[in-house]
Amino acid sequence: MAGVDVDVGTELRLGLPGGGAEAAKAGKRGFEETIDLKLTLPTAGMEEAAAVKTEPAAEKTKRPAEAAAADAEKPPAPKAQAVGWPPVRSYRRNVMTVQSVKNKKEEEPEKQQPTANAGSNSSAFVKVSMDGAPYLRKVDLNMYSSYKDLSIALKKMFSTFTTGNNLNEGKLVDPVSGADVVTTYEDKDGDWMLVGDVPWEMFVESCKRLRIMKSSEAIGLAPRTKDKCKNKS
Amino acid sequence: MGRGGSRAAPAAAAPPWHALPDEVWEHAFSFLPAASDRGAAAGACRSWLRAERRSRRRLSVANCYAASPQDAVERFPAVRAAEVKGKPHFADFGLVPHAWGAAAAPWVAAAADGWPLLEELSFKRMVVTDECLEMIAASFRNFQVLRLVSCEGFSTAGLAAIAAGCRNLRELDLQENEIEDCSIHWLSLFPESFTSLVTLNFSCLEGDVNINVLERLVTRCRNLKTLKLNNSIPLDKLASLLRKAPQIVELGTGKFSADYHPDLFAKLEAAFAGCKSLRRLSGAWDSVPDYLPAFYCVCEGLTSLNLSYATIRGPELIKFISRCKNLQLLWVMDLIEDHGLAAVASSCNKLQELRVFPSDPFDPAGQVSLTERGLVDVSASCPMLESVLYFCRRMTNEALITIAKNRPNFTCFRLCIIEPHTPDYITHQPLDAGFSAIVESCKGLTRFSVSGLLTDRVFKSIGAHADRLEMLSIAFAGNSDLGLHYILSGCKSLKKLEIRDCPFGDKPLLANAAKLETMRSLWMSSCSLTLGACRQLARKMPRLSVEVMNDSERACPLDSLTDESPVDKLYVYRTIAGPRSDTPSCVQIV
Repeated sequence: MAGVDVDVGTELRLGLPGGGAEAAKAGKRGFEETIDLKLTLPTAGMEEAAAVKTEPAAEKTKRPAEAAAADAEKPPAPKAQAVGWPPVRSYRRNVMTVQSVKNKKEEEPEKQQPTANAGSNSSAFVKVSMDGAPYLRKVDLNMYSSYKDLSIALKKMFSTFTTGNNLNEGKLVDPVSGADVVTTYEDKDGDWMLVGDVPWEMFVESCKRLRIMKSSEAIGLAPRTKDKCKNKS
Repeated sequence: MGRGGSRAAPAAAAPPWHALPDEVWEHAFSFLPAASDRGAAAGACRSWLRAERRSRRRLSVANCYAASPQDAVERFPAVRAAEVKGKPHFADFGLVPHAWGAAAAPWVAAAADGWPLLEELSFKRMVVTDECLEMIAASFRNFQVLRLVSCEGFSTAGLAAIAAGCRNLRELDLQENEIEDCSIHWLSLFPESFTSLVTLNFSCLEGDVNINVLERLVTRCRNLKTLKLNNSIPLDKLASLLRKAPQIVELGTGKFSADYHPDLFAKLEAAFAGCKSLRRLSGAWDSVPDYLPAFYCVCEGLTSLNLSYATIRGPELIKFISRCKNLQLLWVMDLIEDHGLAAVASSCNKLQELRVFPSDPFDPAGQVSLTERGLVDVSASCPMLESVLYFCRRMTNEALITIAKNRPNFTCFRLCIIEPHTPDYITHQPLDAGFSAIVESCKGLTRFSVSGLLTDRVFKSIGAHADRLEMLSIAFAGNSDLGLHYILSGCKSLKKLEIRDCPFGDKPLLANAAKLETMRSLWMSSCSLTLGACRQLARKMPRLSVEVMNDSERACPLDSLTDESPVDKLYVYRTIAGPRSDTPSCVQIV
């Protein structure tokens, strides 16, 4: 089900530097200074349930000055992206990421943007199908930083066992027949390629969907990657 | 009521009004359109309570955990249309743990049991499974309307069950859901004899649909008024679909892009020319502007235009929108830029709702020239503008004050300045004055989202002036507990409050605990709350459910944590159903 994918994504997202919880905590640290200032002010009035209507006049004049001072002293806000900010719906983000990456490639063909997505907060969900499995799954390629990470996630997702270390050797095993499977992907030109040949960033940018298939069916997938690199620019 | 009867027939005195049979009251209440009016009537006396609840046809449950499905079905046995909403709004932005809850299954089960005549069901931000959809198809013989908004958990297999089982289906409206593609040709399961469809919206579906099946379906459903396609329908097929359904009122074109061919252009133009009733248009239009003129013939009739997934920019876009002189609703990307909005301001004087979405929200450089100017222009020239959602990168107090003066009729004002803590870019001051001006001028404001650099001062204004405000969203704002206190001790009509990354702590929460029971819900994340305060709140207010969440998916064993432990996410809501039993391990009810 779609839900479990996001679980995996969320867990991995928190591990990335500058993302998620860390950014949120950094934001809070920036405010601690101002909180300390405020704690010295009498807040007894607030303990009475909903009875506070006016503040003492002294507070009124003190507050704006302190607020301004606090603002001036406050360290600049962290530049790391906070989770869920700006408030753009996940649905919209997914749709727009696909479109904007595609448009960038069309508008700026000379400029290679291998890290357009890596490390950013946008998502790159692609479908993953495994021959014989009744449902497709989805992974967000931006959640991983290497083929190894992706391989681990796919392994968990399809509950298969690997006999090798990475996808390049395609040692996932089909749970029904026990035959070797390989992981392939459809790239932007519509060709089916073997996963693992190109640099990770280039793969993330060009991968449209993943398919885990039996090794026997994968004959004929040639790693024409060197030619493709030249043609793409 | 009971006084004049004796004149004509002295032997039969009319019964005193309070002894009239329930059916009379039920009939009277059927003239009360608003649920709040019905609720008020129900509160008058026992007999009105009985009559009202037994005749209530439409039920809206704004928080699925505020009452149990069994309670709802028992209390309102005659419901024909139900709407249930689940996850808090911030779930849209990934802030709510994924397995948080909001399962639709208990509601479907209770409805199947207690509302066999149910005709309409609508779920928003809930987990709807294929089993739910199968149960819906099997349980309600006169089921007509299914609306799923921002839901997840189901696949095309569930849609197949609906198509096959709901003989009288009028509306299938799928908005921004996550739908698993099982490659089942669900559309083919509408029987050949099925002709009742009025609304078909599958724009969020990612897979392919069988075009021929779709064409046949569209052809035989002569009452089809709303058709929203997904990305798999190519442009030439759109033309032939339109020729089969020229009576269409609302169209979503899916992916509107192809290389330019004069033949295809002519086909499209002719097809659109035939759609004399077309009023609402949307679609994921992809760059190629060459086909836009094919739409020109419908522009004048359009009241609603949603281009918020369209990556068109520049003069073509402006030429198109300028022809839409009767637009009431416009959703666009910031690619329209300030000069585009200036064109909207001069052409679309009937505009009521404007939403401008960011095309590249994570690009710090912000290549697009959309600033406060655009919003100022539109609010100056569109006298009926009352609802705005605007993403931009810079703002000034002066602009906001001008906007507030020009448009005191705002009911919904949501401004998102993309970078947190952004001050007035000219004076470098906080934007307190600007947002305060909005809230002071717009007496009818019911929804408000603030952003940019803000101190407690703005919250003082909001608390004091926003008497009709029902929903308030705050992020990266304020500088002390007073900010939250101003809101909770003011804002008479507040129903939903959602806060993230603000330095608000325990004191204002506890000081205003009673307020929370007058509200539907409160969300606070990444603020300065402690577990002790949440415990106190829960003890003090037994009719509130106080949920505490970790910022990870791991288990959250509260018993071992001290009162001083920080709380990352808090969700508080009033409920008559007691604590829910379906929390995942990362959510704890205090």
